[in-house]
Amino acid sequence: MAGGATIEGSNTTATYEQARTWLLLPAWITLAVLVLTPVLLMLVYSFLTKEFRGGVIWEFSFAAYEQFFCDRGLFGDDPCSMEWTYINIFWRSIWQAGLATLLCLCIGFPTAYFIATRPERVRPMWVFLITIPYWVNLLIRTVSMRFMLREEGPVNNFLTWTHIIDEPIQMINTNFAVQVGLFYSYLPFMVLPIYAAVERYNFTLSEAAADLYATKWVILRRVLIPTVKPGVIAGCILVFVPSLGAFLAPDLLGGAKNFMIGSLIEEQFKGNAGNWPFGAAASMILLSSVLVLLMIYARSQVRPRRVHSEGA
Amino acid sequence: MRSQTLNIRNYTGFASMTVVCLLILYLPLAVVAVYSFNASQSIVAWEGFSFRWYVDVFTGLESEKFKLAARNSFVIALTAATVSTMIATLAATGMTRGGRFRGRTLSFGLISLPLMVPEIVTAVATLIFFNTIGFERGLLTILLAHIAFCIPFAYLPIAARMQGIEETYEQAAQDLYATKRQAFTKILLPLMMPGIISGFLLAFIISLDDFIITNFVKGAGVETLPTAIFGAVKQGIKPNIMAISTMLLGFSIVMVTISYFVSKKDDEV
Amino acid sequence: MKHLTQCTLAVVAALALTLGATTAAQAAGKLSIYHWFEYIPQELLDKFAAQHDVEVVMDTYDSNEAMLATLKAGALGEYDVAVPGDYMVAILIQEGMLDPIADGERKNMGNIKASFASPSYDPGWKHSIPYQGGTTSFAVDTAQYSGDINTTDILFNPPAELRGKINMLDSQGEVLTMAALHLGIPQCSQDRSQLEAVNDLLQNAKQHWASFNSDTAKEVLVSGDVTVGMIYDGFGAKARSEKASLQYAFPKQGWVNWMDNVVLLKDAPNRANAILFMDFLLEPENIAAVTNYARYVDAVKGSEAFRDPDLASQPESNPPAGISGAFIETCDQATQEVYDRIWTAVKK
Repeated sequence: MAGGATIEGSNTTATYEQARTWLLLPAWITLAVLVLTPVLLMLVYSFLTKEFRGGVIWEFSFAAYEQFFCDRGLFGDDPCSMEWTYINIFWRSIWQAGLATLLCLCIGFPTAYFIATRPERVRPMWVFLITIPYWVNLLIRTVSMRFMLREEGPVNNFLTWTHIIDEPIQMINTNFAVQVGLFYSYLPFMVLPIYAAVERYNFTLSEAAADLYATKWVILRRVLIPTVKPGVIAGCILVFVPSLGAFLAPDLLGGAKNFMIGSLIEEQFKGNAGNWPFGAAASMILLSSVLVLLMIYARSQVRPRRVHSEGA
Repeated sequence: MRSQTLNIRNYTGFASMTVVCLLILYLPLAVVAVYSFNASQSIVAWEGFSFRWYVDVFTGLESEKFKLAARNSFVIALTAATVSTMIATLAATGMTRGGRFRGRTLSFGLISLPLMVPEIVTAVATLIFFNTIGFERGLLTILLAHIAFCIPFAYLPIAARMQGIEETYEQAAQDLYATKRQAFTKILLPLMMPGIISGFLLAFIISLDDFIITNFVKGAGVETLPTAIFGAVKQGIKPNIMAISTMLLGFSIVMVTISYFVSKKDDEV
Repeated sequence: MKHLTQCTLAVVAALALTLGATTAAQAAGKLSIYHWFEYIPQELLDKFAAQHDVEVVMDTYDSNEAMLATLKAGALGEYDVAVPGDYMVAILIQEGMLDPIADGERKNMGNIKASFASPSYDPGWKHSIPYQGGTTSFAVDTAQYSGDINTTDILFNPPAELRGKINMLDSQGEVLTMAALHLGIPQCSQDRSQLEAVNDLLQNAKQHWASFNSDTAKEVLVSGDVTVGMIYDGFGAKARSEKASLQYAFPKQGWVNWMDNVVLLKDAPNRANAILFMDFLLEPENIAAVTNYARYVDAVKGSEAFRDPDLASQPESNPPAGISGAFIETCDQATQEVYDRIWTAVKK
């Protein structure tokens, strides 16, 4: 079914095929000049020799990548053995970002669905309500979130008062707090794309499925979610990918006892290390792994899905 | 069976999840609002009620700087979000309506690029880039950098929305002798609107909250709220920030309420 | 929907116009300062501007390292003066990013207190003048812990009741310097057994630390999240005013001294005005205005007369006689690389 229209007739294909280049040109130019150029510069930097305390010396060197994969001991003169430190940091960040994304999805999808099923007139108001908290600076919001989660904070007080727990739980400075930090930083980035997709959903599909004796949860799983999948995926990308490099909120809540990818790279440019090529190399490794994943997704999306079109 | 069909839209638990979501979003802000009325300079220890920090926001030693920073932040966020949403809307149209073409995957990669590069890397590299081409740092450099990194945040919701819109609508319009332009502005654009609004709001809050990139590409005399807040390391965070935040929140909630009643009136007319 | 779009466009257009219209009034000269945010009172800048008929523009940064990175990325030549910390002055000198000032160019050098005559990071003040200084150690909530707090054991070998209740600054320089003081070894030691001892010490102590937090170092203490927290003296005083049981420690092994300094950057576009600005800040009345605002300590003779009286009696500003702190030293490249590995190992 997918891509069927492409073969059927030229009029039904790409409505904007001729204008395509012009439509994409502003994005291409902006991103090529302001993002791609700096990224290429950093790619070059990752293969240069580091200058002590920041900066680079224009001599080719593989040292940055070697540092990533090769452990030479505290004094740097042992024979090379596999370096797990940075791979572990990457793995930890991926894992945390993944859990945060899942958390966002669990809360964000019902919220988005709920908003999309409100009367049309009040929907924009709901969407505003979701983003307004983000007008307040992240640092301030995080300090307050930390206050909420403290041992004698409102959350613990509430839970002990309702006898859900007997003793206050230690929440700040734990892995859980790191995920809460990421989750809290990016929640609207899950809600809004899903809302935009669900808002379009044609409920006659659900009714048709119900007529065929599908239960509500089967409809949700088999009809609704596949139809709004682009929104879910967009939301997941917008939460997961920035989470990988984020560190401020997770560090403030989680105690920063372990580097995240973001804080590791930040340290190379803004810390004592001043090792720009290594920071650049770590970024390139992060970038290329995410890019590969996204490209695979993009390839699978070459034609918009038309599986569940109206009247099917 | 009949009753199930009737409330097919409502899933038990979804409404309560929404309440949970709003609680998570707003409870920390309640803390912010409470501490904006703190009598002491602390943002974590309560010492009594006072309007001191609201007075400080308007008449304090640094009030001018914070007001200017707040203004800069909003000007930049509004402009950057508007421009990047326009760029993203065009790009999303091209990507989802342009059919199969070489470089489609590559274009997607390019659009998503700002998401993948850690901010500090973008910050340092952009600064080097601006310095190399001799571009003087100031409001404009911040604006350009913000427009660029806001694009994917605006693009993804819009594209997600468009993937659900059948081309048949525009084809029908064109069959009825609408021009391509009319088909776009009269049919497609209104259908895209929820995506565009979502994208715009996400771009807006991303720009409003950016610290790292702004900190590097800003020029003399240009502070934004985040650079003022993070930059106050020598004095610490004071409740005046809480007061500014609370006023912002109050203002935006009033705006939302007004727009709600205005739209209600529109409906009745 | 349509109205919304139109409104937005109108607002953006209006804002774009105001953006274009903001150009400052022209003064005879100019002075471009690269400074921390909220670290100099605006009135003082206005006073300087009026006195010398110069337009003062200020850009801000949030850390010494961010300033270095910005300058390295090509911003050198845009600013006249900056206000780096002690070790950063040494680094900037090593990097050749400061412009030396000849003897006699600055009239008011005699105003610097004798005890600050020649700092280790810039002997003879050839590139800089002192701005504000103080110490870094840690504060302890004495309501929670009644033992002796004036020892670095509190951080590195804490008694059982303090374990898991310690916040460290998220800063390699301060933590490793405190570690060296605790072990009684020289900073930037190249001796391998000493470096290994530092590494072991931190690996051991890490399990007792609750968090690394610089941004809200004061707040975690005041809120009671931790009982012990590394902190600057000025923040220690603020923390005490918010929670009286917090006491700032002067450990017998020593503490970290710090001093921010006004430096003349290389390729300064307005060198003469920068010199004037340094002399301006060496006048007791002017530097006292900074001190009253920032609430640290200055190093100019006679500024006491203009200072708030309560500043002098602050316990945080009065270290006990007989013991002293140390400035953070700048290590050579090989040692710094070992330090980086130690720090990464702590946080891996």
